[in-house]
Amino acid sequence: MNSLYFYTILIVSLVLFLIGVYGVLTRRNAIGILMAIEIMFNSANINLVAFNKFLNLENSIGIIFPIFIITLAAAETAVGLALILSIYRKLKSVYVEKMDLLKW
Amino acid sequence: MVEKMTLLLLILIPLLPLLAFVVNIFFGKRVGTNAAYVSLAAISVSFVISLYLFFGMLAGGEKIVEYTFDWLNFGSSGVKLGIMLDGLTAVMLVVVTTVSLLVKLYSIGYMNGDPRYSRFYAYLSMFTVAMLGLVLANNFLLLFISWELVGLFSYLLIGFWYEKKSASDAGKKAFITTKVGDLGFFAGLLLLFTVFGTFNFKELGELVIANLASGSVTVGMLNLIGILIFCGAVGKSAQFPLHVWLPDAMEGPTPVSALIHAATMVAAGVYLVARTFFIYKCAPLAMAVVGYTGAFTAIFAASMALVAYDIKRVLAFSTVSQLGYMIMALGVGGYTAGMFHLTTHAFFKALLFLGAGSVIHGSGTQDIREMGGLGKKMKITMVTFLIACLSISGIPGFSGYYSKEEVLSAAFNSGNMVIYWVGTITAFMTAFYMFRLFFMTFTGTSRTEIHAHESPKTMTVPLIVLAVLSIVAGGLFVMGHSFEHLVYFGVEGAGEGGAEAGSHFVRNMSITVAVLGITLAFFMYYLKKISPEYLAEKLASIHKLLSNKYYIDELYEIIFIKPVKGLGNFLFKFDQKVVDGAVNGSGFMTVLMSKLQNLFDKVIVDGAVNGTGWIANKGGEILKQLQTGFIQNYILIAVSGLFVIVLLRIIFK
Repeated sequence: MNSLYFYTILIVSLVLFLIGVYGVLTRRNAIGILMAIEIMFNSANINLVAFNKFLNLENSIGIIFPIFIITLAAAETAVGLALILSIYRKLKSVYVEKMDLLKW
Repeated sequence: MVEKMTLLLLILIPLLPLLAFVVNIFFGKRVGTNAAYVSLAAISVSFVISLYLFFGMLAGGEKIVEYTFDWLNFGSSGVKLGIMLDGLTAVMLVVVTTVSLLVKLYSIGYMNGDPRYSRFYAYLSMFTVAMLGLVLANNFLLLFISWELVGLFSYLLIGFWYEKKSASDAGKKAFITTKVGDLGFFAGLLLLFTVFGTFNFKELGELVIANLASGSVTVGMLNLIGILIFCGAVGKSAQFPLHVWLPDAMEGPTPVSALIHAATMVAAGVYLVARTFFIYKCAPLAMAVVGYTGAFTAIFAASMALVAYDIKRVLAFSTVSQLGYMIMALGVGGYTAGMFHLTTHAFFKALLFLGAGSVIHGSGTQDIREMGGLGKKMKITMVTFLIACLSISGIPGFSGYYSKEEVLSAAFNSGNMVIYWVGTITAFMTAFYMFRLFFMTFTGTSRTEIHAHESPKTMTVPLIVLAVLSIVAGGLFVMGHSFEHLVYFGVEGAGEGGAEAGSHFVRNMSITVAVLGITLAFFMYYLKKISPEYLAEKLASIHKLLSNKYYIDELYEIIFIKPVKGLGNFLFKFDQKVVDGAVNGSGFMTVLMSKLQNLFDKVIVDGAVNGTGWIANKGGEILKQLQTGFIQNYILIAVSGLFVIVLLRIIFK
């Protein structure tokens, strides 16, 4: 029963991750991509918490670690948004196909 | 069973406005002007439930409904959240929902035709939710979360007309200034949790007494916690020295000023002190800080109101002053008095603001020098405004009189004569500036060409309802002990006996100063026997000091803003001179070295390199086709690779 519950959570996490991957691959809007990346982060967080619960870790590392990830993700999003803002100022667009400055 | 029912109703109170918020914010375009009715319907139900619970509380006596659930669990320890209903909460629920309901009704007329109509209602609803969450919380954490939410929506509403630079600046100022206080509040909360290990009010109340008795916590610690938590109240309730944001916050729409900056949010600070009264009771130093801060703010803000010309600013200073009154009452141990004044003040100050809004709506100006003689054209507004003025001045029969006298009695009975006299002088100033405002706005002849007109029904009806409340809210006191009993709950033996508090001296004194203030205003601004201009000239330096709000804003500019800007400039210069210098210097050295190497390169290396280069060039020509420049293509390849690896792993297990 417990492990069935556990697998359900893993599947939810997998689905979330795949939604994130799909978002990153298909979104044209850079902010959308950033959001998709957030979803992927959170699927990883769910995994960590689920494993913590399943393996009955004494020191709760699997719960505390996601808090660090959430904090880092917030910082990362702030940096990402700042980048997008400055790109927008330069290109007047946040669509990724416009951002091809590295092309040959 | 009954308890479950109550709990359900309790949860419904904030849930309905939340629903209205969701509808208005996500379907704003589709809802259009119906947004007002969505919000109104939600808050009306909340209001009815609040009233029902309030009267249940009045009749039923001592039952506290509480519900707690785990929010975060870390191994054995964890954080709990929860809601509860006790007398204090019930009173606050009624105040918040009543004012919120009337303000939303009023806004139908006031905000008519605004392009962000539904958004306005969404913000108002969410503000109400946050405020209800604040009063429903049974622990500091939920209170703090709601506290910050309230701050956020206050920021959004002050800056609602963000096209105006002054409005968006005022929003920022309000947000940042209150954050300064919140920092102290948060530090206090962390300290509290470290010492006692819980956020729950009831548990804390018992723990404080028990730990103090057993000696495991010192009075000094409680003083520190009390003062830190009070920092939050100073910010939110606009007490000195963080009062600067409230007058500027008048840039927001007037209904917002009435809801947030008169009746609810600014009262949150007072509520916080009342809720944590169990700490202050055991912390004499913190209590003294509370009392003196309140008293100083009361007289300080009242003095600024004497010379202000913007109708809303006069009311803003008056609010700061009255909040100082409540804080002062709490600081001298007048727990009931403070809460009672909060309740009555919420009604008459909301009425004053809405009346001012009606005046602004009707005349199109905020400067009272340009008004005059509006009474003939705006009868309902004038009468309701007069009632509010009488109430705030403390004329017997109106609610403000009862609560104000309670406050002064509390100060008098505590034996702290400094605070008592400051309060009495403030009462005099209050009566004076309120009637100065009234006479300049409504009586005499029109000073400029204003075509004033009475406001629509949706605006006058809330005025009338609030006017009635401003009169009868004092009746709560006639129920006397029940109000006292109601708000005391959970804070055992929290204050002085309220009933015998009003000695004849205090009562006569407070009526005398109120009448004196009104009479002086009558002579100066109605009969014009004493020329205000002459007085202003005579006392030019004081007048200038007051008009410029004691130069506090300028002082902050010099002390805080200039140095930060200076530091920024210094770092910029440092960057330019030192860091750039180092970079440029190393660049120069590199150029020198390069020139030497260039010779070496050209002769020996180039030969070898050109051959390699040719190969690389040709290879690049072929490989560059892969570089499409689209990041998503690269990621696609990476993800495909990942899938291939996963597949291989599965196949060749």
